[in-house]
Amino acid sequence: MTKSIKTFAALAIAGAVSMTSVGVALAEDGPTVKAVKERGEVLCGVHQGRYGFAIADNQGKWKGLDVDYCRAVAAAVLGDSEKVKYIPLGSVQRFPALQSGEVDMLSRTTTVTLTRDSALGLNFGPPTFYTGTGFMVRKSIGATKVEDLAGAAVCVFPGSTTEKNIAALFAAKKMTYTPVVIESSKQLVSSYMTGRCDVLSMDQAGLPGHQQFDADNPADHMILPGVFSKEPLGVGVRAGDDQWFDIIKWVTHATFNAEEWGITSANAAELKASTTDINIQRLLGAKGDLGKKLGLENDWAYNVITQVGNYGEIYARNWGPPLNLDRGINNLWTNGGLMYGFPMK
Amino acid sequence: MSASDNKQPTQGSFIYDQWFRSIVYQVLLAVGLGYVGWALFSNVIENLDRQGIATGWDFLWTASGFDIGESVIEYDAGDSYGRALLVGFLNTLRVAFLGIIFATILGVFMGIARVSKNWLLSTISSWFVEIGRNVPVVLHVIFWGTIILLLPQPRDAMIPFEGAFIMNRGIVMPFPVYNDAYPWVGLGLIAGIVGVVLLNRWAQRKRERTGQYVGTLWSGLAVLIGCPLVVWLAFGAPLIWDVPSLQGFNFKGGLQLSPEFVALFVGITVYTASFIAEIVRSGIQSVPGGQIEAAGAVGLRQGFIMRYVVIPQALRVIVPPTASQYLSLTKNSSLGVLIGYPDLVNIGNTTLNQTGQAVEAITIMMLVYLAISIVISLFMNFYNRVVAIKER
Repeated sequence: MTKSIKTFAALAIAGAVSMTSVGVALAEDGPTVKAVKERGEVLCGVHQGRYGFAIADNQGKWKGLDVDYCRAVAAAVLGDSEKVKYIPLGSVQRFPALQSGEVDMLSRTTTVTLTRDSALGLNFGPPTFYTGTGFMVRKSIGATKVEDLAGAAVCVFPGSTTEKNIAALFAAKKMTYTPVVIESSKQLVSSYMTGRCDVLSMDQAGLPGHQQFDADNPADHMILPGVFSKEPLGVGVRAGDDQWFDIIKWVTHATFNAEEWGITSANAAELKASTTDINIQRLLGAKGDLGKKLGLENDWAYNVITQVGNYGEIYARNWGPPLNLDRGINNLWTNGGLMYGFPMK
Repeated sequence: MSASDNKQPTQGSFIYDQWFRSIVYQVLLAVGLGYVGWALFSNVIENLDRQGIATGWDFLWTASGFDIGESVIEYDAGDSYGRALLVGFLNTLRVAFLGIIFATILGVFMGIARVSKNWLLSTISSWFVEIGRNVPVVLHVIFWGTIILLLPQPRDAMIPFEGAFIMNRGIVMPFPVYNDAYPWVGLGLIAGIVGVVLLNRWAQRKRERTGQYVGTLWSGLAVLIGCPLVVWLAFGAPLIWDVPSLQGFNFKGGLQLSPEFVALFVGITVYTASFIAEIVRSGIQSVPGGQIEAAGAVGLRQGFIMRYVVIPQALRVIVPPTASQYLSLTKNSSLGVLIGYPDLVNIGNTTLNQTGQAVEAITIMMLVYLAISIVISLFMNFYNRVVAIKER
């Protein structure tokens, strides 16, 4: 209850505050960029703990694909990828936190859906990860496919797209199940691990991490084959601040294009000085004024690539060993995947 | 004392009139509060509108698309958000109602045990009270939630008696299959309760008129149990037990209590019972010892002293703070959200998240808790008037 009241109060107060900051001329920075520059850091809403996406290590340092996009935005806007304040959010808190201005951007395994884009007053950048609803079970229950799960107790996050996907999937297959809905990531996973639930369901890409790190014996668990929904995960921002939305969008495309054009954190400096490819020159800020058009320094994308890396590097860092998640549809379009950087000219 | 009694002789200007001033202050306060409320409301609406966030109540009638683990009424993902919230409301009522009943029974027992001369009883009771009330209620709920997850799997469930199972999926036990006779048996029970009240009244009148004591304990119990029993027998004593059995992953049939329900129920009941125990103890001890000795001196029996001397005076002290405990128990039931009990807040949060309509969802939650609390308050105020000592 208290959390909800806090959210409600924050919503009302932020509403009152944001009244003062409407109708800014185009030449000036938008309200979010202005606030970020004044504050000197990006407030980034992330998952409380999901391996591969956002997890704090034992020194309190955040790691993960979602985290890397927070860092990329900080590198582009402030020139330093470390100037990020991470705000871990539950699945229920995340949208009110973004709407109320508690965070500047929401990089939190958030599926882009029509309702969220429209009725919630948000905008979403290009998907940074494609996944779908997956199911993890204990091998001892003898289930090898979703059809074997009739009557099972399913642990799932509240307010997630997964929650709705399961309802639709089980209804379509005319099977019953018992949802066990807990918001805290730790509580939910431990409910599954201690046997309260037969099934743990979330975005499939989130499951290997829990299997590897949270299970007493990872070999006792298996992830059922198949992906049962479309979950394009993207960075969310408040609607109404076009400049900030554009920055999120083009930072993401810059990471895709950098991988496609072979620019890495290691060779970016050398390429910037020596390349004759006009596309690379523009992206790295050696030529043109892409940065200025976004209201940023001209080396914005150079900072992103040198400090955070291209999409391939980000992926390898977070999904390489020990998780070893195959790139699948998250590969570049040139390799049969869906990652397609838009032209940056 | 009415305002006009207080009216002072007007000395010149009516500005010094006490009655006039009190009216002015109250009007100013009302206008001020009204303005603050209106400013908050219009600000929220305006800003939601500008941020492009949907508002309105239409979502209550659209399909929710999510399932709920346990429900008193029929519900599936095709039903509306409104019905989902109703399910949450009923789940809140269920745990609060049972919590209040059991916290009262346990609290009264522990409170009496605490003043008992039996060393073992009073020691157990003081440990119960000190542990119960000195641990935050959140930890009570999480503690029981963790304990229940450590219980064995369904296949190795503990079996306290034939047909009942205790495991990490909760508690299941046999339950009678519904029969058309049962509503009539329920009516019989109500008749029994009315009978007991009438019997007590008759015994009291007789005692006051003739001074002769008529024991009503056994005869009262006979009336209470006898009425529904006769109805049940008249219908041919229908009773079929629905015995739970392990099918697939889980037990089917019987009475099923989910681990979330059990953890929340036990947690808030124990916590509140420890406060009620202290309230009961203080109520009993507030009766001066001289009165008990005096009652003994005129030859009253122990039970009599308790019933006619101690309890009527103790209740005056006990009832008002106990009402507050009932209110806090009801509101503490919202902690179910921590362990996944689908109460009003849990479902309200999901609704808020799926529809994005935070203001509406939270308004509904606040109004519902307000309504429940007001009903409890009204009932307890009524009961307080009944048991209060009539000043004559």
